[in-house]
Amino acid sequence: MSNYMLEVKELTTKYITRFKENVYAVDHVSLAVEEGKSLGIAGESGCGKSTLALSLMGYYFPPLHYTSGEIIINGKNISGMDPDSVRKLILGKEIAYIPQSAMNALNPTQKIIRFIEDVVHAHHPDASKEYILELATERFETLGLPPNVLEKYPVELSGGMKQRTVIATSVILGPKVLIADEPSSALDVTSQKKVIKMLRDMMDKGIIKSMIFITHELPLLYNVTDDIMVMYAGQIVEQASAKNAVFDPLHPYAYGLMGAIIVPEEGLRDVSLRAIPGVPPNLKDPPSGCRFAERCKFVQPECLVNSVLMRELGNNRAYRCIFTEEELREFYQNDKK
Amino acid sequence: MIKNKKIYLSAKGLTKVFGFGRTRTLAVDHVDLDLYEGEVISIVGESGSGKTTLAKLLLGLINPTEGEIYFEGKERDLSTNKKRVAYWKNIQAIFQDPFSSYNIFNKIDAVLLDCIRMRGDGRLPYSEKVEMMEKACSFVNLKFDEMTNKYPFELSGGQMQRLMIARIFLLNPKILLADEITSMIDACSRATILDMLLQLRDDIGMSVIFITHDIGLAYFVSDKVYIMDQGMFVESGTADEVILNPKEPYTQRLISDVPKIYEEWDLSTV
Repeated sequence: MSNYMLEVKELTTKYITRFKENVYAVDHVSLAVEEGKSLGIAGESGCGKSTLALSLMGYYFPPLHYTSGEIIINGKNISGMDPDSVRKLILGKEIAYIPQSAMNALNPTQKIIRFIEDVVHAHHPDASKEYILELATERFETLGLPPNVLEKYPVELSGGMKQRTVIATSVILGPKVLIADEPSSALDVTSQKKVIKMLRDMMDKGIIKSMIFITHELPLLYNVTDDIMVMYAGQIVEQASAKNAVFDPLHPYAYGLMGAIIVPEEGLRDVSLRAIPGVPPNLKDPPSGCRFAERCKFVQPECLVNSVLMRELGNNRAYRCIFTEEELREFYQNDKK
Repeated sequence: MIKNKKIYLSAKGLTKVFGFGRTRTLAVDHVDLDLYEGEVISIVGESGSGKTTLAKLLLGLINPTEGEIYFEGKERDLSTNKKRVAYWKNIQAIFQDPFSSYNIFNKIDAVLLDCIRMRGDGRLPYSEKVEMMEKACSFVNLKFDEMTNKYPFELSGGQMQRLMIARIFLLNPKILLADEITSMIDACSRATILDMLLQLRDDIGMSVIFITHDIGLAYFVSDKVYIMDQGMFVESGTADEVILNPKEPYTQRLISDVPKIYEEWDLSTV
């Protein structure tokens, strides 16, 4: 058996709209995360990043529906399991999820420790209050949060502190995989750094075994994760190590995203930002050819006709384009001049 | 430094105190600021450092406890409604949350028609108004034909924020105050919007006050940077001076907090 913590094969999920239309927001996505590794998913708003995060948990509720594919968490196939048993056996124990507005999960009328008791009781109904308090105190101390937070109400905490509290709570049962969906984009840069430090600590101290981190901020992804996947219109368009994805992107969309990086380092003011014009296609009626074709600078007539397959380059590198590696690099060289 | 340019807005010893007694908070503490014609300045600080209060003071939405604001050399007077409206013809703002900036019951073109009315062109024939609106929309890379019949909730956050800039383009104020305008939209649309701010400066000569917590964005857009901490300006100067050679520890910390790609990002200093 491989030591993959999370393995997803050809996962497809759809939204069914009010008018009974199928919208395939995650379209044949395959990914694998090894133990001790983290995977980043990048892409602009409306690309299906958050839908992918929800789909990975195996917990579907309307309008999101499972269509096909396999999700294997720690050797356990959870695709097609009914929602109740997923909730009982998988969520929180095997896989945990932090949404962007995690801090809104806190109940303003209850102390933080009551919230943690709720989480633990959902899985271990017999756990005593003393045991939970001990567990929570120890966990908060390892993660660098002051334990007196436990006896406070949410209003007494700052935004960044609330976010970190909820993240610490979501891993209280030691899940194998953590899915973090833009956990820091509502915070300022200082709180963001604290959140990232905490996620790194959880990985280093073995509280979580692997992590999937979703964001649109590429400099952040570059610093947090080992591998990066770029998503566009429900499909993975590029897969590479963090370094290659940022400094040597192959897919034109990934190349476009790199043009929007802003970092406070010398030389930045001389480059002009290259944003990608247009918006992602409507997935109700996806284009038959390459989905990026209508926004692509290097578009060819055949791009619009046939759907494009992933090109595997080995060494965990793949991209979805009709051009070869060398051709694409040449385009980008000429484009920069 | 810039001697031959006109000063649009200047603040002297601007102070705002909230509450009294035990809950007394100095939100803005004796701030001096000069804004020249055709210049982009940034105000950078953490949450709670008083950036937005300063913005509200400059806009005239709240009254300062102490200190004066001069507009084009004369002391700003907001005593009557008429004077206030005249002042707001010269200074306009875009705020953080595009979703709350629109009237959800009105269609998009109502927003732009409103601007045309505010300019005093309300009596023009409709065809000329459409021409104006088309010009404003093309400035921000939106297609006016697709916009007219839509309600605000049908647009994405980036489109809404671009429409706000189209509004500014129509109103053509002397000063634009942009309060965290890019913090709720994704990195790709952010690049477009920052480019548009620079276009406003270069094409029309508008002055922009750009408020942000991300020092990287401030470095990209601004000519001058002011670093704000607990209501005070702790450091100021040209963008290159402040960000490449920061003197204050607070500025150094703000810079180290932003993730970088060419240098190691030091996580141990939190």
